Amino acid sequence: MFQAKKNYLIAYGFLLPWLIGLIGLVLGPMISSLYLSFTNYDLLTSPEWIGIGNYTDLFGDRVFKKSVEVTLVFVIVGVPLQLLGALLVAVLLNQKLRGLGFYRTIYYIPSLLGGSVAIAILWKNIFGLDGLINDFLAWFGIQGEGWVSNPNYAVYTLIALAVWQFGSSMVIFLAGLKQIPMELYESASVDGATAFRKFKSITLPLITPVLLFNLIMTLIKSVQVFTSAFIVSEGTGGPSNSTMFYTLLLYLKGFSYFDMGTAAAMAWLLLIFLGLLTAVVFFTSKYWVHYGD
Amino acid sequence: MTNSLNFKKLITHLFVLGFGLVMLYPVVWMVSSSLKPEYLIFSDPGLWPKEVTFDNYIKGWQAVGDVTFGLFFKNSFVISVIAMLGNLVTCSMAAYAFARMNFPLKKTFFALMIFTIMLPTHVTLVPQYVIFHSLDWVNTILPLTVPKLLATDGFFIFLMVQFFRGIPKELDESATMDGCGPIRIYLRIILPLAVPALLTTAIFTFMWTWDDFFSQMIYLTSTDKFTVPLGLRLFLDSEGSSSWGALFAMSVLSLIPIMTIFFFFQKQIVEGIATTGLKG
Repeated sequence: MFQAKKNYLIAYGFLLPWLIGLIGLVLGPMISSLYLSFTNYDLLTSPEWIGIGNYTDLFGDRVFKKSVEVTLVFVIVGVPLQLLGALLVAVLLNQKLRGLGFYRTIYYIPSLLGGSVAIAILWKNIFGLDGLINDFLAWFGIQGEGWVSNPNYAVYTLIALAVWQFGSSMVIFLAGLKQIPMELYESASVDGATAFRKFKSITLPLITPVLLFNLIMTLIKSVQVFTSAFIVSEGTGGPSNSTMFYTLLLYLKGFSYFDMGTAAAMAWLLLIFLGLLTAVVFFTSKYWVHYGD
Repeated sequence: MTNSLNFKKLITHLFVLGFGLVMLYPVVWMVSSSLKPEYLIFSDPGLWPKEVTFDNYIKGWQAVGDVTFGLFFKNSFVISVIAMLGNLVTCSMAAYAFARMNFPLKKTFFALMIFTIMLPTHVTLVPQYVIFHSLDWVNTILPLTVPKLLATDGFFIFLMVQFFRGIPKELDESATMDGCGPIRIYLRIILPLAVPALLTTAIFTFMWTWDDFFSQMIYLTSTDKFTVPLGLRLFLDSEGSSSWGALFAMSVLSLIPIMTIFFFFQKQIVEGIATTGLKG
């Protein structure tokens, strides 16, 4: 009995740094940000309770609506393209190819580097008026424009940057594909199945659990995209708010306009949205994810 | 049959290689451009510089007022190394308690830990800023390092719990027979056997901290405290499009630590992603 109590104490000793962090830096701040979201707070004077004012203001705010729209376009266009690219290249690499390790490295490098400021700077340049993309288009006699400075295209340059980083999802797909028993493909070949048929009837159903995982991870990451939009638009979300991503607006509200209450309200809306999104994906997954019997 | 199979493989090789090279082209082009004289960067889109010069590196290094990129690199290294050590020590401690010890509320705490993994950082952002601001920690490295000393990266705890559970329990039991307490089991048995998980944690913490732009931008305000990502951004804003060569040169330098780690620990990194789904 005494020994057990002593061991509890030791266990809490091991947990202590984490517990302090959990209470002081996660749960405490979480609750306090919920409170702040109902206040006017500029960091210098003490918070003033305004009820749901921040939320109603946000829903009437044109820029807020734009930020939701931009983020949704980014997610709805970008996530399927990333997953599709990742899955196709993974399937190509999964056929006992020599130099697999080398290819995997090539495709993974963009994911490794893509989140950095350096690559965002590169992107700003290559999609600029004199950039690589327009040099390439000039070969075909097409006169390109400044893609990052055109409000119709700017968000698509950032989608391209996200899709370019499909490598980490691909590595996860590749690991999943290796788990599919070769015998399935062999007996399908004996029955005369075409490559497309094998993909549709064997690969696709058996990879759905990995697809679900990749889908959730990519969704969560995409909704929170920040660095690339910040660097490419030089912190403005421009031109004409066309790259005003949700987290960028949240940052501007909190740390440029010092409207911490609204920033906190946006953070809570983000949390609720991500929670709902994940729940919906999980709920629908039983209709399309195939778990082995 | 074999011929057509070989032909198919050849086509696959050509496609995979070709497409891969297209993907890497922008990065290689940036490296090459950083070695070209400024006037050639836009007039010569080829990869092989007609004229090689290190001027961009010399100019970029001195880029921003009275500080050099050397200081930014030093600041980034200090923060990344402390974050790495913090995560190694405190995440492994918490993971050991979860994987090997019994205590009241264990299940609740474990569920909370998993919950924190899914939590977007923005939800805690404002109050955390208020706390660090009231402690007078803004514009120091403390807001960027202290959270790592408090094991706030639940993901790594989870990773280590999974790994620790795979270490045979008999080892602990026989050590207990020999009179070892939990602390010695943690230090002498678990940690030495968990090197792969510790290495994965160290590598990813370093890389993520190195690239972390958002929190560094919020908490570091004066130029002498700036890290590499902040230095690049400052450079972009102050000189902007007028000196792409120098900007590329510093961007290339900023990627070197990550690339070096990748080439030394490729296996751990790729396996870490494949088995745990770490995002890249």
